[in-house]
Amino acid sequence: MIKSLNFLGRPTRDKLSLFVPLGISFFVLGIIDVILNSFFGVNITSVLPGWLNFFTPLFFGFVGLHYVRIEFSGNKTLDSLNKNINSNWFNAILTLLIIFVLIKNIPPLLNWLFIDADFIGTSKEECSREGACWVFINVWFKRLMYGLYPNAEIWRINLTFLMLIGLVISAFFVPVKIKKYIIIFLLFLFPFIAINLISGGNFGLEWVETAAWGGLSLTFIISIFALLFCFPVGMFLALGRRSSAPVIRYTSIGFIEFWRGVPLITVLFMASVMMPMFLPDGTYMDKLVRVIIAITLFEAAYMAEVIRGGLQALPRGQYDAGKSLGMGYWRMHLLVILPQALKLVIPGIANTFLALVKDTPLILVVGLLELVGMIDMAKSNPDWLGFATEGYIFAGVVFWIICFNMSRYSQRLEKRYKTDR
Amino acid sequence: MNLKSSTSSLTGFFSSKPKFKYYLPQILTVLGIIFIFGYFSYNAQVNMDNRGIDFGLRFLGEEASFDIQFSLIEYSGTSSYARAYLVGVLNTILVAVIGIFFATILGIVIGISRLSPNYLISRIAEWYIEIFRNIPLLLQLFFWYFAALRALPLPKEAINFFDVAYLSVKGLYVPKFIWTNFSFFLYSIIASIIAIIFVYRYARKQQESTGKQIPKFIISLGIIIIIPLLTFLIGGVSLSFEYPVLTQLSKTIFNYIGGVSIIPELMALALALSLYTATFIAECVRAGIMGVTKGQKEAAASIGLTTGQILRLVIMPQALRIIIPPTTNQYLNLTKNSSLAAAIAYPDIVLVFAGTAMMQTGRAIEIVSITMLTYLSLSIAISIFMNWYNKKIAIKEK
Amino acid sequence: MSDKIIEMVDVSKWFDDFQVLKNINLEVLLKQKIVVCGPSGSGKSTLIRCINRLEEHQKGKIVVDGIELSESTKNIEKIRAEVGMVFQQFNLFPHLSIVDNCTLAPIWVKKMPKKHAEEFALKELEKVKILDQAKKFPGQLSGGQQQRAAIARALCMQPKIMLFDEPTSALDPEMIKEVLDAMVDLAKEGMTMIVVTHEMGFAKEVADEVIFMDEGMIVEKAATKEFFANPKSDRTKLFLSQIL
Repeated sequence: MIKSLNFLGRPTRDKLSLFVPLGISFFVLGIIDVILNSFFGVNITSVLPGWLNFFTPLFFGFVGLHYVRIEFSGNKTLDSLNKNINSNWFNAILTLLIIFVLIKNIPPLLNWLFIDADFIGTSKEECSREGACWVFINVWFKRLMYGLYPNAEIWRINLTFLMLIGLVISAFFVPVKIKKYIIIFLLFLFPFIAINLISGGNFGLEWVETAAWGGLSLTFIISIFALLFCFPVGMFLALGRRSSAPVIRYTSIGFIEFWRGVPLITVLFMASVMMPMFLPDGTYMDKLVRVIIAITLFEAAYMAEVIRGGLQALPRGQYDAGKSLGMGYWRMHLLVILPQALKLVIPGIANTFLALVKDTPLILVVGLLELVGMIDMAKSNPDWLGFATEGYIFAGVVFWIICFNMSRYSQRLEKRYKTDR
Repeated sequence: MNLKSSTSSLTGFFSSKPKFKYYLPQILTVLGIIFIFGYFSYNAQVNMDNRGIDFGLRFLGEEASFDIQFSLIEYSGTSSYARAYLVGVLNTILVAVIGIFFATILGIVIGISRLSPNYLISRIAEWYIEIFRNIPLLLQLFFWYFAALRALPLPKEAINFFDVAYLSVKGLYVPKFIWTNFSFFLYSIIASIIAIIFVYRYARKQQESTGKQIPKFIISLGIIIIIPLLTFLIGGVSLSFEYPVLTQLSKTIFNYIGGVSIIPELMALALALSLYTATFIAECVRAGIMGVTKGQKEAAASIGLTTGQILRLVIMPQALRIIIPPTTNQYLNLTKNSSLAAAIAYPDIVLVFAGTAMMQTGRAIEIVSITMLTYLSLSIAISIFMNWYNKKIAIKEK
Repeated sequence: MSDKIIEMVDVSKWFDDFQVLKNINLEVLLKQKIVVCGPSGSGKSTLIRCINRLEEHQKGKIVVDGIELSESTKNIEKIRAEVGMVFQQFNLFPHLSIVDNCTLAPIWVKKMPKKHAEEFALKELEKVKILDQAKKFPGQLSGGQQQRAAIARALCMQPKIMLFDEPTSALDPEMIKEVLDAMVDLAKEGMTMIVVTHEMGFAKEVADEVIFMDEGMIVEKAATKEFFANPKSDRTKLFLSQIL
């Protein structure tokens, strides 16, 4: 059947001036057909019966691409296009289908998202139902970011995060001597400052219960705390798993495999309902603290496996060298082994952190409302029913931006450390 | 001898004994574990006494007195808690199997597309992976459940598939299969499978001894079609369908009665799990295919193998060795992720047992432990299988 | 030495814009041994890869044993069954044992019974002196042993022509000799061979004709003695002075 199209002769480079314009015309005809059909309701091939009508743009495009498929035409753009999306008839059909689907769907989507959408306003009425109602996000923005934290105290959360960002950035740019102090400050003193600032109760700051914490700030608080603590725990577990003492090794293995074998939801349930049973009668541990402990232990198991991979990948020569220099177990690991092993698995660590951030929305099943939880609450508000789509798209975009950039950064780190060796 | 030198020689004595360094940490660890468990158990005992609950599994026999929306087996409010647990397990397995099936197919397609020389196709596959991998699964689930599936029409204007299946906001309704003599049909399928195994065995023997190849695929196809068909024609097996019918339940409420209803919770969960896990499987597939060097294909071609033979005998065996271990890990992740059902009220183990049952009985420790143990046993079973499989097919090196 | 077994007429090939083979004319007679040498990028690998269609030529005609190389898959498969190839990177199948590597094609392409194929394979493995490695896997063999196994694998299809694409370039120096010895034995048995290599000692010992290629063209083609004694082109002289 394809051969029948060659009644004008095979498309070859000598007949360039004949086939290229011919092919392009057919192709463009097919595209125009689709555009007219989808957006203007006009059907230029309505003379043909039903289903045939449906396939005419495909047919036009296919014929067009066939005529344009000239091997080694000499024209750089034509050649690279041909090799790419037009290398044979199967590829040509796939390309056409993709182009048509995109033409049919992208404009209406953009329309709904941006052109017909409403951005400014304060109440539901300002939203015409034709486009997306971003007024919803606008109005709820503070809640989505800060949860139920009292408006007047939001500056405390902002201050804490600014401090964090400032410390981290400065750690990159100061000379090595001061860097050590900054890291010690970050790891040991800053958590206390942060807790006091956000929770309050001391130093004249109003106390805000943890149940009021929420929104994207809660996502960050949990992620950062969990990462901070799961790192050392994971390190100990990894070392323990490689220990030659059977008790320590099997305890570590059991601990790691336990946390890796159960879903995070069950862990959160455990923290929420089971942990209080294990605490002495009368003591109460804040729910957020319990959840952070549970998430920390959970992620520590995965972190342990990542670090173990690094420890295993290190050539045995490093261990031998350390031992022959007379270093004890801890000194050797602290000074020689761990610095190298950790560098090896930086991408793995970044991945674990990424997974941690993606896991935080689960805390809504135990009643803590981070970003997704707040959206849930917002969309169920009687004044704002029916905007679930806008809410989830917003949350999706926020998470996507965060996670995408994190994974890009870890890929870049991986490349940098690969060339290092 | 003054005090200083005596203590230093004491510590010197201890640290110089390697056995000491070896045993002391272990003894301390064991003591620590015993202490922690003891402390927790004591507290638990006190707390339970205070609440008047006793510890034990006898509650599993008691009447559950709650309903479950969707179940593969017979269940009612009078069934026991143990039965409720079973319903939860089956529902978890159901959504996991559906998810694994679609995730695998989609993952393979996307993984191969990633490697396509066609720029459009490989870019689209790449964007698919980047988008669905970087959005939390729970968020995707909520989107499908609260936004996408809620936009489906009411039963009165349900989407119609050839008048046998209907898709509405209340779920997907498909005809119910009503069999007579189903067991006979089942035996015929089992018999066909056994016959096919024998056909393949015979074909391999034939090839080894004479070199001739029997068209075993076509023969197998024939067997699997004809033998079960025979049970219909002469075996007394028959199949009829119960179609869902639009019925008016009250003045304004319409719904489909009859047939099998697939609830939107199941659809949303299966959809989210499949789309999310497919991104990871696609990367596994891509790594597997790229892991087979180009030279292998060339060498196989140069000794005269056809394209099909190259794929089957040289490329797939090597690619599968790279693909299967991480993919099995993804299957496990999918099964664990199915626990997100609790967030949209799909009755899996977590919702039924660790959710409803626990709220009713207050037996947090037993129930959460049983739930965790269920997942744990599944993980360990799959780990053991993976280790066995890896050892078996490992490519031998120096 | 009788009829032409390979005939290449005006063969040209482009990679995108770059012309890698320029009007190649070549005739190979049965039982002839030809060595192709030249600087890297000269197109010598591409040349022999066109013969078994691992690369496609755009212009010109290639005829192998009377069958013309074209798009017809049937022709390509027929030609590949008669032409064996040994690669620089060995390319043994790592998931199969050595003997299985050798019997794979005879069983599936020539439809030989397994026992028959195995007997033949073991004979070939003995000829290249690695019979004791037959049941082992490629990962357990040294480079030299792997390459000899690759030669045996190609020979198990009983080809009329053997192509060698820089067979010793990836080997440690102490293993080059054992592979070259195997190739010399093969040459003595009367196999038609085209070898792309830098090993000029091998060329002097075994080749009937030496071809020097540069920038996609055959610059000089002469009988071995003549080639080394009186190279005609300046480029050939330069190349020889660099490697000898």
